[in-house]
Amino acid sequence: MDIREQIKSYIAETFLFSDDGFEFSDDDSFLDEGIVDSMGVLEIIMFLEETFGFSVEDEEIKPENFDSVNNLYSYIQRKAPTAVSAS
Amino acid sequence: MCGIVGTLNRTKQHPINESQIRLMLSSIRHRGPDQFGVYLFQDSFDGIGLGSARLSIIDLGGGQQPISNEDGSVWIVFNGEIFNYVELRPELERLGHKMSTDSDTEVIVHLYEEYGPACVEHLNGQFAFAIWDERERSLFIARDRVGIRPLYYTEQDGALLFASEIKALLTDPRVKAELDPVAIDQIFTYWSPLSPRTAFRGIKTLPPGHWLLAKSGQPITVERYWQPEFPTIAQPERQADMSIDEAAAELRRLLVDATQIRLRADVPVGAYLSGGLDSSAITAFIRHYTGNRLETFSIAFADEAFDESAYQYRMADHLGTDHHLITANYHDIGEAFPDVIWHTETPLTRTSPVPLYLLSRLVRETDFKVVLTGEGSDEFLGGYNIFKENKIRHFWAKDAESTLRPALLTKLYPYIGGLGQSNDTYLKKFFGYELTDTADPYYSHKIRWRNTSRSKRVFSNELKASLAGIAGERPYLPPNFANWSSMAQAQYLEITVFMAEYLLSSQGDRVGMAHSVEGRFPFLDHRVVEFSNQLPPKFKMLGIDEKYILKKAVSDLLPPEIWNRPKRPYRAPIHRSFFPNGQPLSWVHDILSPENIEGAAIFNPKAVNSLMNKIKRIGELSETDNMTLAGILSTQLVYAQFISNFRNAPDLTGSDDVKVIKRGKR
Repeated sequence: MDIREQIKSYIAETFLFSDDGFEFSDDDSFLDEGIVDSMGVLEIIMFLEETFGFSVEDEEIKPENFDSVNNLYSYIQRKAPTAVSAS
Repeated sequence: MCGIVGTLNRTKQHPINESQIRLMLSSIRHRGPDQFGVYLFQDSFDGIGLGSARLSIIDLGGGQQPISNEDGSVWIVFNGEIFNYVELRPELERLGHKMSTDSDTEVIVHLYEEYGPACVEHLNGQFAFAIWDERERSLFIARDRVGIRPLYYTEQDGALLFASEIKALLTDPRVKAELDPVAIDQIFTYWSPLSPRTAFRGIKTLPPGHWLLAKSGQPITVERYWQPEFPTIAQPERQADMSIDEAAAELRRLLVDATQIRLRADVPVGAYLSGGLDSSAITAFIRHYTGNRLETFSIAFADEAFDESAYQYRMADHLGTDHHLITANYHDIGEAFPDVIWHTETPLTRTSPVPLYLLSRLVRETDFKVVLTGEGSDEFLGGYNIFKENKIRHFWAKDAESTLRPALLTKLYPYIGGLGQSNDTYLKKFFGYELTDTADPYYSHKIRWRNTSRSKRVFSNELKASLAGIAGERPYLPPNFANWSSMAQAQYLEITVFMAEYLLSSQGDRVGMAHSVEGRFPFLDHRVVEFSNQLPPKFKMLGIDEKYILKKAVSDLLPPEIWNRPKRPYRAPIHRSFFPNGQPLSWVHDILSPENIEGAAIFNPKAVNSLMNKIKRIGELSETDNMTLAGILSTQLVYAQFISNFRNAPDLTGSDDVKVIKRGKR
């Protein structure tokens, strides 16, 4: 599955409990839209580490990396270029 | 303490049957198993039946209800306690009233004769009562100022029915049990329905500080006689000229008296000891200002994250009380939840009532009927984190670009540290929601309500459709609200929404009365409340030091590690109680089955399934997911127990002590 789609279905399934998929745009902020709470950020990090095998450093934990589908996508791209090109 | 029920013909003459009143009483037997009373009146114009289930505490021999005035023309059924009845009685006798019992119940009848509805203003107590005046043909129902004792009513087919608990109303075939979608939506926002709404369509609560008058041939009137009042910013606090030390001394004097009059009972009185400041203070007052032998009760948790037993033992040692403790583990909480929901009669977003239900059972097994507790202190003296959050957000909003100001929030929510070093921007994201909108009257509770509302993602399409187009009700605000301090505004919302509708009911009256245990709350004495409300906000919270004045008032009675430690919110585990080792308890598995979820049509089966998968997959659930889980389970239990499969309790039997009064010319 395309990485963007993988992210969206994870967010929809885990936080939105929605069967209509991810109904926001790829630039929408997870926090501003109320999609995740503080624990949710940590859940996303756990998901990334499990799925892509890299480890997230403390100083990387900021909204620029985790707060939208696009931010997550570019972060994954930087951390695991092979995962992205393989998909 | 007791429970009451009644039915009044309004626009239609139904026969008033003793059996109907007995059936209503049987459903609330737990509230008052010692004695029962039935009053029936019917003639060609009016018909009324009243019932009482009594837990005998004052005047054990003479207080059986119903009780009347001298000539039997005014009758009362009463749930609760009037603590100042000793002082009220001689005044009434001077005015010519003759009493035939030593009970507090009889005092209310004569007060009503003397003052009419204004009688409530003379009462210091926790109560719900109904008075039928045969001459006036009027029914007067009143509830205490802050809502300690419950009262529900409904109008069906030309009759007014009322009762201490909703289940008594549901025994009447005229009452159809249905969930109110708007109430469900409110519970998943505010943690409770907004009064007068209840979880059930058409069934109302008489709000705290209100009375109801139903006169023959006239519309029912419901009036507010009391509500929390705070000083306006323009009109400085009446106590503003008091120093903090003077105010602390006065608070202590009031609290000691409030405690002493709450020890009036003809049975032994115990106390809860949570390990926190409030219950420790009350217990210390009992120890220092009375000669009572003292037994104390507390809950310990097997899960250390929730446990406070070290402090409970510390306090019990310090005061030399006989301490009784019950340890709640995940399994106990999960297994007791269905019974607790039978008593709370409402969906809940938390499990905190359960340990209190287990605790009242321990109290009952120890042969106590009455306990004093510290409820009310956090609301009226500023103990909760939500007041700190509100204060910090106001402080931050004055310079919204500041990166230092929001850092104060990390003192409140240490887990934010888990988000790494560079968490400034996250702080802004979490707590900066509509930061500068400080003129919004609901500013203090915005974040909580928004977070809770996330749980609505699991609502079914049917429920969403029935809510579409309905304008959302907001909590009631009194006329002066906009002129109060931001602290007072936050307190008012916490008092009238959280405390009155959730805490005193689901975590108070219901879980106590489930085991015939009556709670008494010195911090909710209206003199303490009215004094506290007039204090400057900085006396309650200095910086972000909570309950500052209370610490001043009681610290000499307590070990420093009790009054000087950070407050810990009282919580109980949620998902581990229902999914020990990641697998659901069997009742949880059943009630969440796709058939049951579809049958109730409140939640989306796929969403429920996704949540269950998430619980099985990960070890720790977020606050929101935990609330969602508790909300789904409790709503499904309300549906199963009250709607799809409601069962009447076994009727009163020949061995029950029932006093029956029949009046009226038929």
